[in-house]
Amino acid sequence: MRVGAAMNILVCVKRVPQTGGRIVLTADGQAIDTKFLGHTISPHEECGVEEAVRIVEKEGGSSAVLTLGPAEAEEQLRDAMAIGIDRAILLETGGTEWDPVSTAGVIAETIEAQEAANGEFDLILFGNEAADTGDYQVGVRVATALGRPIINGIKEIWFSDSRREVLARREAPGGGWETYDLPLPAILGVKEGLNLPRYPSVPGRLRAKKKDVERVALGTSPSGALGLGAGEDAAGVDSAIPGPTKRRLRLPAEERTAAEVIGHGPEAAPAVVDLLQRIGVLAK
Amino acid sequence: MVIAFVEHAGGEPDRLSLEALALARGIAGELGVPLDAIVLGSDAESVARLGRYGVGLAHVATDARLDDYAPAAWAAAIRGVISVRAPAAVVAAGSERGNEVLAHVAARLGLPMSANTIEVTPGESWQLVRQRWAGSLLEDATLDASVRLLTVAPHAVEADPAVQAGPAPTVTRFAPELEPADLVARVVSREAKTSAGVSLSDAKIVVGGGRGVGSAEGFARLEELAGLLGGAVGGSRVVTSLGWRPHSDQIGQTGLRIAPDLYIACGISGAIQHIVGCKAAKRILAINTDPESPIMAVADYAVIGDLSTIVPAISAEIELRRA
Repeated sequence: MRVGAAMNILVCVKRVPQTGGRIVLTADGQAIDTKFLGHTISPHEECGVEEAVRIVEKEGGSSAVLTLGPAEAEEQLRDAMAIGIDRAILLETGGTEWDPVSTAGVIAETIEAQEAANGEFDLILFGNEAADTGDYQVGVRVATALGRPIINGIKEIWFSDSRREVLARREAPGGGWETYDLPLPAILGVKEGLNLPRYPSVPGRLRAKKKDVERVALGTSPSGALGLGAGEDAAGVDSAIPGPTKRRLRLPAEERTAAEVIGHGPEAAPAVVDLLQRIGVLAK
Repeated sequence: MVIAFVEHAGGEPDRLSLEALALARGIAGELGVPLDAIVLGSDAESVARLGRYGVGLAHVATDARLDDYAPAAWAAAIRGVISVRAPAAVVAAGSERGNEVLAHVAARLGLPMSANTIEVTPGESWQLVRQRWAGSLLEDATLDASVRLLTVAPHAVEADPAVQAGPAPTVTRFAPELEPADLVARVVSREAKTSAGVSLSDAKIVVGGGRGVGSAEGFARLEELAGLLGGAVGGSRVVTSLGWRPHSDQIGQTGLRIAPDLYIACGISGAIQHIVGCKAAKRILAINTDPESPIMAVADYAVIGDLSTIVPAISAEIELRRA
């Protein structure tokens, strides 16, 4: 039971590469070659981070960010702290990719341990899906393990007057909005469009640099890494079957041929309008 | 058997569910087993139609609490059928709801789930192909469990044509076992769509702008052209992240996926996450200063040069020919 309006919020994020104009794979086809790529917090959860900062600015309380990833994911945690997240937790893998079941299992156990030490999170935010793997399930698995309600696809969040419920809305199929009302503690899967994230300021980055990141070293592979703490969960997540198991990645076949250049500069306008008429989109 | 979870609207199985049903039917055929469907809160008409797509047995739950969306409750209904039928696989559409509901099923049953699957080869070990980066990358994977749970990537599998004289499936009605916790996350209110002008997702012609537009004000030229063409204006993630256009205008992996007859991409370099949003367009015309930009690999036509002079010139030419 919370006292006052202060909100304790956790955002779970994933580090993803910034792929640019084309994807290049490593020679063994196991991963995207990120040698020349920067990384970022995956877009949906970037908005989750911004939202957590805004909620704490408005309501008081504290915020934390958590990620399961390689040591380099510390970069994304510091980016989150640079815009105002109070503290960060890195569940450090050896660099291998984890399947969504194992990922959710460790995150749920971590949350249970964190809450035992620091008190409950009123609200936990996940991204609706990660931009790279697109598994659409980690948040739901964690919510199930913790026995808390969750709704995905969220593009707006507000609280009831009593601050005991979170209200959230998402786009309905075919248009319009659906509103949900969840008693706290609750979990939301958010989508980009929730807000417009701010850019970190230089002082923000300097403050973030000075903060400690809490590190938990996981095993080199998912099996054997579970067992951070006892944690009884309602759904037997510790015994959940991991998967899907990646064999390799590959690029889809090219579907289109290169563009036909029909002109240069404004002089091309007649050729463009000829084209529009030819393909029948211009009602004359 | 294989079970397909079918979402419906107004008496018809919805399009993505028909695509999922086609994949489910394919798997059932390879295994030589029947095809079931689960339909929640529906009318008899849409259930009867499922026979045209190869469904032999339809499990229908008409509990009023399932009439509106409640993912954990819908999942509980599906789990009920799974426990009775012990299927080899459960297949749902990779829609927002399909992915969410099947994730709940997977979480409660402690089973893995493959989202946005495009191909399945059953066998001693099931091999599948699924989408990463919304289809810009493919993953070959194995999925092994007592019940294989998978959702089907939108528009990656062709729906089967309806067999005109398909027999109506046997219908078995069931009462799902719902706990109060299953109904906490449910729709409590709805707001209808408020549309002003042509909606971006429905427009036959879309003019999109990227960083090359230069500013929020620069979009005025694109609005003018779109107006003359009876189309809508959209933007890349770059311009929505900069605040030049609202997020609802974003065409891309984390925005809208559009499928207009013509997409005119102005000052858009062609990041893969944008291509995901516009590749379903019938034709793409790129206007860009850079003939080597990635958009050129997906565009059908291109005009090389500065959009700030080209776009107004096109608008002027259209007005000239109409005069």
